[in-house]
Amino acid sequence: MQALNELVEAAASQIDAAGDLAALDSVRVQYLGKKGELTTRLKGLSELPADERPEAGQEINRAKQDVQQRINARRQSLEEHALEKKLVEDAVDVSLPGRGPSIGGRHPVMRTMQRIEKIFRNAGFGVRSGPEIEDDFHNFTALNIPENHPARAEHDTFYFPGGNLLRTHTSPVQIRSIVEEGVPIRIIAPGRVYRCDSDQTHTPMFHQVEGLVIDENISFANLKAVLHQFVEAFFERKAELRFRPSYFPFTEPSAEVDVRWGEGKWLEILGCGMVHPNVLETAGVDAEKYTGYAFGIGIERLAMLRYGVSDLRTFFENDLRFLEQFR
Amino acid sequence: MKIVESWLREWVDPDLETVELGHQLTMLGHEVEAIAFEGHGLDGVVVAEVVDVGKHPDADRLSVCKVSAGGREIIDVVCGAPNVFKGMKSPLAMPGLKLPNGVKLRKSKIRGVVSNGMLCSAVELGLGEEADGIISLPADAPVGEPLVDYLELPDAVFDLNLTPNRGDCFCVLGIAREIAALTGAELRGAEIDTVAATIDDTLPVELLEPAGCPVFAGRVIRNIDPHARSPLWMIERLRRAGLREIHPVVDITNYVMLELGQPLHAYDLGLVKGGIRPRLAKRGEKVTLLDEKEVNVNDDTLVITDDSGVIGLAGIMGGLSTAVSEQTTDVFFEAAFWPQEYMAGRARAYGMHTDASMRFERGVDPEGQGRAVERASSLLVEISGGKAGPLVMTTAEEHIPPRRQISLRRNRLAKLLGVEIADQQITDILNRLQLSTTVTDTGWDVIAPPHRFDIEIEADLIEEIARIHGYDKIPETTAIAETPLETVTETRVDMELVASTLTARDYQEVVTYSFVGAEADELISGHASELVLSNPISSEMSVMRSSLVAGMLEAAANNTARQQERVRIFEIGKSFHGKLEHHDEVVRIAALATGPALPEQWGSNGLNVDFFDIKADVEAILRLSSDEQQIDFEQVTNPALQPGQAATITRNGETIGVVGRVHPKIARRFELKTAAYIFELDAEKAMSTVAPQAKSISKFPAIRRDIAVIVDEKISADDLLRAAASAAPRLVTDIRIFDVYQGPGIEAGLKSVAIGLILQETSRTLTDDDADAAQAAAVKKLQQEFAAVLRD
Repeated sequence: MQALNELVEAAASQIDAAGDLAALDSVRVQYLGKKGELTTRLKGLSELPADERPEAGQEINRAKQDVQQRINARRQSLEEHALEKKLVEDAVDVSLPGRGPSIGGRHPVMRTMQRIEKIFRNAGFGVRSGPEIEDDFHNFTALNIPENHPARAEHDTFYFPGGNLLRTHTSPVQIRSIVEEGVPIRIIAPGRVYRCDSDQTHTPMFHQVEGLVIDENISFANLKAVLHQFVEAFFERKAELRFRPSYFPFTEPSAEVDVRWGEGKWLEILGCGMVHPNVLETAGVDAEKYTGYAFGIGIERLAMLRYGVSDLRTFFENDLRFLEQFR
Repeated sequence: MKIVESWLREWVDPDLETVELGHQLTMLGHEVEAIAFEGHGLDGVVVAEVVDVGKHPDADRLSVCKVSAGGREIIDVVCGAPNVFKGMKSPLAMPGLKLPNGVKLRKSKIRGVVSNGMLCSAVELGLGEEADGIISLPADAPVGEPLVDYLELPDAVFDLNLTPNRGDCFCVLGIAREIAALTGAELRGAEIDTVAATIDDTLPVELLEPAGCPVFAGRVIRNIDPHARSPLWMIERLRRAGLREIHPVVDITNYVMLELGQPLHAYDLGLVKGGIRPRLAKRGEKVTLLDEKEVNVNDDTLVITDDSGVIGLAGIMGGLSTAVSEQTTDVFFEAAFWPQEYMAGRARAYGMHTDASMRFERGVDPEGQGRAVERASSLLVEISGGKAGPLVMTTAEEHIPPRRQISLRRNRLAKLLGVEIADQQITDILNRLQLSTTVTDTGWDVIAPPHRFDIEIEADLIEEIARIHGYDKIPETTAIAETPLETVTETRVDMELVASTLTARDYQEVVTYSFVGAEADELISGHASELVLSNPISSEMSVMRSSLVAGMLEAAANNTARQQERVRIFEIGKSFHGKLEHHDEVVRIAALATGPALPEQWGSNGLNVDFFDIKADVEAILRLSSDEQQIDFEQVTNPALQPGQAATITRNGETIGVVGRVHPKIARRFELKTAAYIFELDAEKAMSTVAPQAKSISKFPAIRRDIAVIVDEKISADDLLRAAASAAPRLVTDIRIFDVYQGPGIEAGLKSVAIGLILQETSRTLTDDDADAAQAAAVKKLQQEFAAVLRD
């Protein structure tokens, strides 16, 4: 019978030679399995005289432990190798682009409108809307623009047979909102407006945001403050504002507002004023008790300034190559 | 409106540089859009006389002129202008001068002849946009005088964007009044020289529509010199203001209009039959105007008539039959007050817009007519000679707008502006604006002068004070109205969320026009829109869209035409429905996808988008609502969509939109080359929602059972799912189709559908027996309802 140490040595060399986990396992079975050589020797102890058994048993167990340890060490090494190999195999070209859909984006005019809405919502303004097909009363008469008023000629109006029209500004929402909600009121009304005009600097449809605040002590000084704060919030920078006297039939006093940064050029951005008493009275508000301000902002104008767009018409050409810049 | 600076300074001369003066005008509310500078860089140009004109030896078109510039020396100048003549006075530029057009003059040989200077045209000197030769100065022009001195140059022209309420500012006088009010500088020249009558001749005037002509100033002037020419200073001022020299009489009426704001008309007295009778036109009347066009006059239009009928459109344009000409020796001047309400929109109705109509529509000073005729008379007598008859004012006093008294309260002013202004300052401002004031307990009683007919109410006075005081001196103070908090609703899905969901699903937002072509809209909706614009920009923008799809298709086609093969776009906007008398505006959410489902990339099969791609997108949008909802997709016939790939979407039985493949015929009409899929939802109906109400989640494990059945291919997936789920409604918490197969192994006309049942109890762990029973019940149901055959 082979000496125990030789057996262990033979096992050790087989373990070292095992190239993979399967080979290693068959070595384990050969020596430590149910019918393995060391297992068999342990079973054969009973054939030894009783006084030799403990010592022989200890030796065999030591040999078993020795072999088991060698197997474990070898397994660990083989597993690590296998993992290493798998990792190498699994390596990818991380520079390849990710798969799947891309992402779309908002239209710059809508994006601008949303920002304006947010700025005013944060200041406690409600957001209202009104019909785009309007009647003459709300678009003109109620705004102190009676028939044949020269200001009507400046609104190139789209008409429908029968006298209805496409609203030329968002100001009719002032009237509708006051009548519906009463005063005090603090709202903006963004939306589409229409003018029968199409050239390099005009599109027949564009967007405005109307603003309206009425309470017992609203003043022109308040209007100046809110618009200055708005412009700085919108452009995220300090700005200088210039209020120029102007004329809108529905406000008195009226102003146009120019903005500039640093020593730059003055750029006209919006029109505003104190709500004309006739407008308040038409909407059922006591013009003695209440005063208010209103403003109208051209959204495309702000979007052009903010995003460096030089041609208004590109907003409505919907060229994806243009739009995709506004992610 | 162009205001010539030198002319303005004749009336008011504040201590302000040109640019600063322009800035002040802008800040007064008269926006200066541009300042044109004239006559700069002409320092070396002098008035010269052409002493002799000789032929150039080598060029037929050139002449060699002997020119005197005032000194003893006579110089040779080669000149190509056809209008040069012996004795002519013309501007001479000497070598070394750089002309406004950038040309630097050199002493040079022209075809062998030395030219020592250049006789100049208006264009060369920057004094005009066209020229047919060199400038011919008046015979009395002093030789040797610098041209800039002689022509009162340099000068500047303010191009003003005047607001329609300030009709009084469409003239030098009006702007001068504003500057005087702002700066306190003296307003000069307001007193007009009067011309004493030297003959008694008058022309009878009868006001047949007194409300439409409350004031008519007229004057006869006889025996003018028909050969007289307008003086250079007048021609120059007219030119700088944008008007051409026509005829002394016409130039004078233009000049007075530009100066005083009152349009005038001059008749050839000898051609007027009988007297002048302004009235409303009668139906069917016609007149041939100065521009030689014949117009049919509407009965809402004021006309001037004489015994021969209509001889002019009042305040718009005079008639040809009585026009002043080279033969005219006797003139009748008219300056009338045609009220705004009689003028508004009238010129436009004839497609006209004249300097006169523009002023009358905005309003003129009802007391300015006599002054204007006096001014014109004195100019005419000065320029063309002649004898003036008396100035005749024909008036209908009761129709002249009265001067209003308006109360101004100091409290109201402070409340509206948000700033206190001292009483004395307010009084000063009002007085400088020629408003008369009486102090009262609460403020002032104010009467506006007749030219400030725009001032009607207290707010107008407050604006005047704010304007002169300076808007920039009003502080900024923060205050906003005391209104209740706004709600943030959960009754409708926020459209922002819808938009961001679509962008996250790779859709780009577009904005398309609300009006589309009638034919395109009808193709999409299947019926003609009744919301047709009366005055569309083009036939492609003539009706209000009843669907957003036409715009989407157009946008998609424009992009595919620009090599964008993959287009995924959406829009949220209104569609318009119903009739003119009663229409509806419905917010819709529409999207279109065409081309590859994914951007071109490695590891993708490159398949084009199909029905189920876009259906997943519309389902994702609908899932944004927390409302309990039963969403159904059913085959539908839709004019825009391809039969068999078109579904109507209902939510709890109500139609909320459509999804499907664009009909090939329509795709072709819009020149789309690849299959396009769209969905369109009614935002109001589809996106109503509620605040979610939490239910408890079962702690017990779920069991899944799969069933594969073979059924007729026409049976819809929805029906199969509904039937299977109904077999064990309490236990089935989720149900899904995880495979649909047709092909080898399945008989034609049939399909194999694999359904996954997710079963769960809320109160206990489900047993296999429970699950088996539920599965068996579902199979039985499918067999009974659809003759389904269980697949092995």
